[in-house]
Amino acid sequence: MPDLEPKNPAVPTDAPTADPARDLQTPLMRMQMGPSHPATHGTVKMVLDLDGERVVKADIQVGYLHRGFEKECETGYYYQNIPYTDRLNYSSPMLNNVGYCLAVEKLMDLRTPPRCDFIRVIAGEISRMSDHYLCLGAMALELAAMTPFLYLLEARELMCDLLDALCGARVTTNYIRIGGVSADLPEGFDRFAAERLDRSLGLLGDADKLLTQNPVFRERVEGTGHLAPETLIAHGVTGPLLRAGGVPYDVRRVQPYLVYGELDFDVPVGEHSDNFDRYLVRLEELRQSRRMIAQCFAKIPAGPVNSDDPRVRWPRKGKVFGRMEELIDQFKLVTEGGLVPPGEVYHAVEGANGELGFYIVSDGTGKPYKCRCRAPSFSNMSALEKMITGGMLADVVPTFDLINMIGGECDR
Amino acid sequence: MSAAEETKTPAAAPPEPSALLQRVIARLGTLVAEHQSFRGEDCIHVAREHILDVARALRDSPELGFDLLLDVTCVDYFGQPDGFQNAPETWDRNHHLVRKRAEWRHRVNLPARGDAPRFAVVYHLVSTRLLHRLRVKCRVPEDQPAIASLSALWAGANWLERETFDLYGIRFDGHPDLRRIYLYDEFVGHPLRKDYAKHDEQPLEPYAGPGAQEPRRPH
Repeated sequence: MPDLEPKNPAVPTDAPTADPARDLQTPLMRMQMGPSHPATHGTVKMVLDLDGERVVKADIQVGYLHRGFEKECETGYYYQNIPYTDRLNYSSPMLNNVGYCLAVEKLMDLRTPPRCDFIRVIAGEISRMSDHYLCLGAMALELAAMTPFLYLLEARELMCDLLDALCGARVTTNYIRIGGVSADLPEGFDRFAAERLDRSLGLLGDADKLLTQNPVFRERVEGTGHLAPETLIAHGVTGPLLRAGGVPYDVRRVQPYLVYGELDFDVPVGEHSDNFDRYLVRLEELRQSRRMIAQCFAKIPAGPVNSDDPRVRWPRKGKVFGRMEELIDQFKLVTEGGLVPPGEVYHAVEGANGELGFYIVSDGTGKPYKCRCRAPSFSNMSALEKMITGGMLADVVPTFDLINMIGGECDR
Repeated sequence: MSAAEETKTPAAAPPEPSALLQRVIARLGTLVAEHQSFRGEDCIHVAREHILDVARALRDSPELGFDLLLDVTCVDYFGQPDGFQNAPETWDRNHHLVRKRAEWRHRVNLPARGDAPRFAVVYHLVSTRLLHRLRVKCRVPEDQPAIASLSALWAGANWLERETFDLYGIRFDGHPDLRRIYLYDEFVGHPLRKDYAKHDEQPLEPYAGPGAQEPRRPH
């Protein structure tokens, strides 16, 4: 903790200047922003040393939502940990489900049926859209723009309707299973989804018209929170933040998983690496997600949605009650979990905020020996200090909002 | 069906190193103590004295170009060698014992410890230009859990190493600001170590923040 006594080093103390305002000596003021602040979403404390309205030094303190995700995972079977991953990034839970299940499947060397891969992409992209809507809406609200917030939150509600139709829950989905998904797409889901998605993009268009050309909004976001792409990379920043800096690093493109290799989509990149570009990149990613979902619905094949591998296949309930083998199968799966061969894998997917990786170490039993989540929010937050230092206090709000720190994921 | 029947060690992977590993070995030479590929992922083991040299070489050589440090974490091989050859049943028995009576955790029957040190610090690297990934592992002994900090090379290592220190108690020499990041300063122990039971309780700490010295209002 720095001493509050010394004079502000930014203000020269010796040589008197012609400008009397520069000779005014004020001690730094320490301000605590958070952990629960009306202008931030997410529980984080920022201890800011202010010289007037300028941030001289910042100390970001996370951990308010730490609840031992990794310790909890080590004591549960692989299939029991899927609901915990919902709670990592609770605004895009499907992507966490997909990331975790893909990591376990990689460890088991398991192939999922093609229909399942398409469903996972559809569910994941809907989730990503929901996350981006929430991020942009909350940012608009915290910059005092109430109307776009209402539009965007309604758009997010439409995405939640889709998740609801898929799995019966709006936020904590628990839809993806190891080796498949919990249920096939409901009847007529493509028409239902197309209607909701188009309505949500219409709402996005309204918010876009209200924000993008709005001089007040642009004044707040243009040029603020700037950080050079090299610094972003050094901090491990990924996702829309890194792409807004002009680095086209998107895991869906550079290391395609599921069916992303077959889809036609663009990776939007910015060039100024400021808050406005981060906003624009998210805006464009929403439209690209819509494109991807439309292609998935056009290409999705018929067939099973669950793998037939005996390590993960749950026997049919009717047979469990009537036949010995299926009963044993069910009993072993429940009490031992599916046995996963020893080894370690790291599997990355593109989360809504950046590269979401799961590093799983297995000792050959049904429980992970270690289950580590590489959370994009955590690395992104580590760059916040550099983004806000030297800027104005008011710029902290849009910078923090466009990082889109999700406490559940950052603090695990 | 026991786990031992299915056990296939990572060493059973093809002995020919992958193209990336060949480049890494050509660059680092004898600094690579061991290497393996499993499920298409490349991993090298280095001695912890060399981690700074290895990291700098991986970051700065143009043919490797690992510019993005994705993750720093640690694996606690509590009593187990790297390949998990030591009877997973022992672990299951201990899990059951600890679950039944949490305070019996001192009576767990530990398997014989292998020669390898207890902890492994794990780094995940990716190159945003060449788009390849590498995992680097360093074994760190229990009696002296320290390793050189990489925060001078990657600014993002600062927080990741603080997290590893917080949850595993690995000290990072040369770290500019090594304090706990998730837990409070009075927390006793490091919760992700395998000898920290899930239901361990912490001593209650009196509140010491602003206003703690002021007299309490009557109820």
